[in-house]
Amino acid sequence: MSIVVIAEQRQGKLNRATWETVAAAQQLAGAGTPIAIVVAGSGVGAVASELAAAQVKEIVTTEHAALEPYTPDGFTAALQQAIEQLAPAMVLLPHTYQTRDFAPKLAARVDRALITDVTAVKVDGGQTVFVRPMFQGKLSADVVPQGPPPHFVTFQIGAFRADQAARGASPAAVRALSVTIDASQLRQKPEAPFQEAKQAVDLSQAERIVAVGRGIKGQEHLPVAQKLAEALGAELAASRPICDSGWLPMERQIGSSGQTVAPKLYVALGISGAIQHVVGMKGSRTIVAVNKDADAPIFEVADYGIAGDLFEIVPAIVAELNK
Amino acid sequence: MKISVCIKQVPTREWQPRLNDTKTWIREQDASYEMNEPDAYALEEALRLKEKHGGEVVVCSAGPARVAQVIREALARGADRAIHVEDDGLASADAFVVAAALADAMRDERFDLVLTGLQSDDQGFAQTGVVVAERLGLPHATIIMDVQVNGSALRVKRELEGGWFQWVAMPLPAVLTIQSGINQLRYATLKGIMAAKKKEIRKAAPPATAAAARQKIVRLYVPEKGKKTHMIAGSPAEAAKELVKRLREDARVI
Repeated sequence: MSIVVIAEQRQGKLNRATWETVAAAQQLAGAGTPIAIVVAGSGVGAVASELAAAQVKEIVTTEHAALEPYTPDGFTAALQQAIEQLAPAMVLLPHTYQTRDFAPKLAARVDRALITDVTAVKVDGGQTVFVRPMFQGKLSADVVPQGPPPHFVTFQIGAFRADQAARGASPAAVRALSVTIDASQLRQKPEAPFQEAKQAVDLSQAERIVAVGRGIKGQEHLPVAQKLAEALGAELAASRPICDSGWLPMERQIGSSGQTVAPKLYVALGISGAIQHVVGMKGSRTIVAVNKDADAPIFEVADYGIAGDLFEIVPAIVAELNK
Repeated sequence: MKISVCIKQVPTREWQPRLNDTKTWIREQDASYEMNEPDAYALEEALRLKEKHGGEVVVCSAGPARVAQVIREALARGADRAIHVEDDGLASADAFVVAAALADAMRDERFDLVLTGLQSDDQGFAQTGVVVAERLGLPHATIIMDVQVNGSALRVKRELEGGWFQWVAMPLPAVLTIQSGINQLRYATLKGIMAAKKKEIRKAAPPATAAAARQKIVRLYVPEKGKKTHMIAGSPAEAAKELVKRLREDARVI
């Protein structure tokens, strides 16, 4: 039985996370299991050609005018038909916001297992086991799908590396698979995507970042972090709850719903390290974490950690820097 | 407008995980619990919609008897009544099983709008709301940051990645999963807490033929560290001195 990868594209532009999913598929397939990459949309020829570079059996396009723009109703209808025709053992997707919007509907429609946000794959006693975070990253779970195939699996962004997806000696075959969609049955009517405000700060260009989380306790304590940022020549940023509370503007948010950064130095103050934050900063060259909970998940990605009260430690660091 | 809010009871953020004997689930009896945070934002949004358009807010939760704690809290914040699908197994069940229990309990109520958080802070499937929509045959949208209702028309602001958004229109009834930060939460007043005691909590039995579990946890554990973290001990002044030295001499980032 084969493995299907569902590619993600928007307006004819491929989402790079698709390559990460291809890498995951190649690891799972081993030798002998064919991989097909399915591209759904309208005007996806360029995306299909780009993906044909991958070492896979084939690229399958399901083109339909009703698939542009994306709607969960349209994608569920199209992909259900594609999966029924291809009859794979597994269907793999990147764990993006778009996947989260339609994959549970698709899996429920065909009543098959869906394992989300997977970070690694293991084989344990001949059984394929998927590793996923639980309880905000405090625990990991080894999970196995139940019930008949296909099993749907979504991979956390960054869990596999795009540059590790093997390229083929010659381009893979591209074939079109026709699907029927009744456009009048699509209930969601999307408008054009937009950005809220011109990004005043581009944190992705910052060399150093000091980020605060719930541990800062209140807006009135922000100067503690601000002073460290000044001493380091760093930009001030935050995890989502701080921006939700309005203590810092949304444009300073790091994480899956905010900016993705990879500065030379990232200092996380009072940030527990929930995965939604970590995906936005784990590429940083050097990570420092200060947190009162020595078991906080942020220490798993940190190079240097101090377990303690940030209100005592941060002023001490500022004093040391200013010596 | 008749609005349902699906809420889940999850361990508090301060909870330190302990595992059961088979290392396949947590020791539930050791945990302290609270309302799943994204669900709290969904509840707040429902209360604001009711204030604007009138109607009723019904909270719906699936889980063991202890779930009554977060149901009472939701009623104290202003929900009108509640449905509790009570079953011990629902605490650790997968999203398909929980969604089936919630959808069955809600079906005959014919809600105009069903809200829930975008994911839970325990198992974090990010599936339940969407599966509820599929089971009820309703349109849905996920990760919502604004909700506008005009008669039977719904227009919602969907969050995309990297600071992008998109407005999506759809007919009512519909299901939405709500993003944290969509509004500012209110807390229960003493008056609200007193009023909650008189509000109805309807107990619903779990579906007679439970939905089949679609995934199984074979092992639960504290994650292995992916990176060698240098933990710096000592007094604040000592730790600060050591850290700055490391950043200057080893990492060379300052």
